[in-house]
Amino acid sequence: MATTPQQPAVDLREPASWRRTKNQIMTVLMVLAMLLILVPLVFVLYTVISKGAGIISGQFLTASIPPNVLPASIGGMGPAVVGTLEITGLATLMAVPLGVLGAIYLNEYGKNNLLSRFIGFFADVMTGVPSIVMGLFIFSIWTLHFGFNGVGGAFALACLMLPVVIRSSQQMLSLVPDPLREASYALGSTRSRVTLTVVLPTAIGGIVSGALLAVARAAGETAPLLFTILTVTTTNTDVFNGANTALPAQIFANASSPYTGAQARAWGAALTLIVIAFILLVVARFITARFTKVGR
Amino acid sequence: MEPTPEPNVVAERQARAAARPQDTRPQDGAESYGSGTTIFDANGISIYYGSFRAVTDVKLSIYENEITAFIGPSGCGKTTVLRSLNRMNDLVVGARVEGDVRYRGTPLYGKDVSPIAVRRKIGMVFQKPNPFPKSIYDNIAYGPRINGIRNKKRLDEIVEKSLIQAALWDEVKHRLKASALGLSGGQAQRLCIARTLAVEPDVVLMDEPCSALDPIATSAIEDLMKEIKSQYTIVIVTHNMQQATRVSDRTAFFSVLRNEESDTRTGVLVEYGQTQQIFEDPHDPRTQAYVTGRMG
Amino acid sequence: MSTATSNQQAGPAGALGKRRPLGDRLFQILALAAGLLVLAILILIAVTTSQQASSWFSAEGLSGVFSTAWNPSTNKFGALGFVYGTAISSLIAIIIAVPLSLGIALLLTEVVPRRWSRPIVYLIDLLAVVPSVVWGLWGILVLAPWLQKIYTSIGNGVKGTPVLGSLFGPPVSGASFFTAGLILAFMITPIITSLSREVIATVPVIDREGAYALGATRWEMIRGAVWPHSQAGIVGSILLGLGRAMGETIAAALVIGSSVQITSHLFAPGDSMPAVIANEFGEASGTFRAALIGLGVLLFALTIIINIIARSVVARSTRRSRGA
Repeated sequence: MATTPQQPAVDLREPASWRRTKNQIMTVLMVLAMLLILVPLVFVLYTVISKGAGIISGQFLTASIPPNVLPASIGGMGPAVVGTLEITGLATLMAVPLGVLGAIYLNEYGKNNLLSRFIGFFADVMTGVPSIVMGLFIFSIWTLHFGFNGVGGAFALACLMLPVVIRSSQQMLSLVPDPLREASYALGSTRSRVTLTVVLPTAIGGIVSGALLAVARAAGETAPLLFTILTVTTTNTDVFNGANTALPAQIFANASSPYTGAQARAWGAALTLIVIAFILLVVARFITARFTKVGR
Repeated sequence: MEPTPEPNVVAERQARAAARPQDTRPQDGAESYGSGTTIFDANGISIYYGSFRAVTDVKLSIYENEITAFIGPSGCGKTTVLRSLNRMNDLVVGARVEGDVRYRGTPLYGKDVSPIAVRRKIGMVFQKPNPFPKSIYDNIAYGPRINGIRNKKRLDEIVEKSLIQAALWDEVKHRLKASALGLSGGQAQRLCIARTLAVEPDVVLMDEPCSALDPIATSAIEDLMKEIKSQYTIVIVTHNMQQATRVSDRTAFFSVLRNEESDTRTGVLVEYGQTQQIFEDPHDPRTQAYVTGRMG
Repeated sequence: MSTATSNQQAGPAGALGKRRPLGDRLFQILALAAGLLVLAILILIAVTTSQQASSWFSAEGLSGVFSTAWNPSTNKFGALGFVYGTAISSLIAIIIAVPLSLGIALLLTEVVPRRWSRPIVYLIDLLAVVPSVVWGLWGILVLAPWLQKIYTSIGNGVKGTPVLGSLFGPPVSGASFFTAGLILAFMITPIITSLSREVIATVPVIDREGAYALGATRWEMIRGAVWPHSQAGIVGSILLGLGRAMGETIAAALVIGSSVQITSHLFAPGDSMPAVIANEFGEASGTFRAALIGLGVLLFALTIIINIIARSVVARSTRRSRGA
């Protein structure tokens, strides 16, 4: 029989409606989850911006910290800004080179051997160590012997940043294709030279971007500073001597204050912190987009 | 309370199978090996991925209870055409089909058509066996379960029947609860076939189902195909010309058409006919070049 | 294929002999030292903080350490109340954060086309970069007063009823276990989301196609193909979120209420390990200080254990997924 016999029209419409409904409900729930998480984000940012924008000014960022009871129009957060820059800067100088070196060991020398997998695993575990524990650690090992100073705070922040920088840098290094290394070896380079002249420059975009994100996190940390720098209200440009202060520490101190002036200054400091973190985030993303030659 | 599994379809198919002669290989001159019903009718379809035209103007018909093979060099679009038959291309962003392709007379890409209903009727077996990381039983039961069958006894029956059809029952009947990931390549592929048969499809599409298997497993699958073709319609994409001659009734030869001026390429259907004719007496010189090994 | 171990040079050994240049060797040692720093710091943390806390352990003994009696003025330092507070607030955080995080992760991996997922990921990153102290500031000055009104009406509504009453009944306070848990949930959602996304991304495409080819809806495909592959990894990421919630200090310190008690009332004020350390450390000395550091040791031990379990689970799951 070569002719096509009459066949019943095939029903290709929707499957049982309960399946479609369940699918739709699940999709709605997923969208709802996303919207729900945006609520606090928008709320927080809105509050910080609206309460902080009014007080932010050049004067605010440089003036000295007045007693809590004084109103918002007086003084500012100058010492805290200086402190944040010094301490976070110092921490970055310590953590990033060490972190990149560690990542170089893990990816270029250790490759997949037991030690580097062990180190890598515990670097991941270390990212989960609470920041307050880092603070207590540095308190025990440094502050008790050398007193409150900016350098102690920097150590604590550096300990927080180190595992993050190691892991993100390692990831970037692993994205550099092997043929690049092999070409350099074939020209007679040693491994250190290959790493420094070929691998690192190729991965530098991603490494810098990852480091910036670590800095953003460190700049906002309060707990490690509480026990190491002893929040004071005066500017201290000597990181090695004498107590210091930083934006997050000041916010913490002011947050529990009943005085509106102190609270207003806290909002201003919070906005400053958020702006700093936001700028770092945007720059990091920008570098990733424009300068990473590999991956992403 | 489970929904009844479309008894009229099952009864219809059984009636058709009973009315059919057992010997399905052609006596000379026979035009069709099955009932002659047209299952698929592609009337000059072109398939695009975004702006890239993957296949151009494909015209062919697939007939019931036959095994049709798509052969051709890499990149000629045979898998693309296959996947358009069960709307798997819908999963690719930017994929679209222009032209009319009908399944038993109903347009596959019609307005009211649900891809989910399409895929239940037109099943697919993939190149690399892809059992779910569940037990053998749960793999087979997955399809019936999502179609609403919850009754344990019925599921047991379906699992057994599908595994028997896929010639896997004896090997696994004593370890249905074992993980499917422990099966060998050939067994896993037969499991995937059983899984596909469990939802009682009308058509089984196979995308190079044996290319990841050893010769013994391949021959088991080929025997299986010939066994079940009396109840299903099979379309198989294959790189292996000997396989096409061994199992298929009809063969479609696809090739790549290059446009020198615009430096584009697209897939086209070169020739389509009974397998014996394609391989012994090809009409198109390109077909002849391919099947005699001078090209591809 | 560079499979050279740290002892070999993949490049030529140098025409002049087998020894590697000194600079190269030094560089390797430096890099190794930097890597070992991680292990060194972890060990040092454990050692030095335990040392500082030892006077607490010896003063209280094991039973004292885990008692509920905490009274600095009478030199009693039982930690149980704070452990309870940490546990409850973290649990609340997980219960709220997990559905949200998984929903967003699935949304990003299964529903949203690649092009549109980037802005959503940026938003999640933005959420992650808000400092803990800013959450705390907003929490105590804005959220807590607002929640207090809500708590009061709920509390009055369920007062006296059997289960709900003891969970949500009065006394209520804006700064409470629940408020802390809520804020912690916002803070840990980004990490659970991003890790779950990584885990889900390792599910092979052909498994998803296999499910679709059987005529599954998207949700059925997720349940059949994605979930079995990623469930272990997702559990790992949840554990990581739990660890993070337990250790979050400043936000909790500001909004948990700072009055240690063990109570079933979730809207009541309480205290947690990191919070009390942050709040009391400045003035503490002697055994009090040792007790606070001891709480830090406890916290360290707990979070290390949870993190080790979590990381192992995630690693094993992604390894198995890729291998399958």
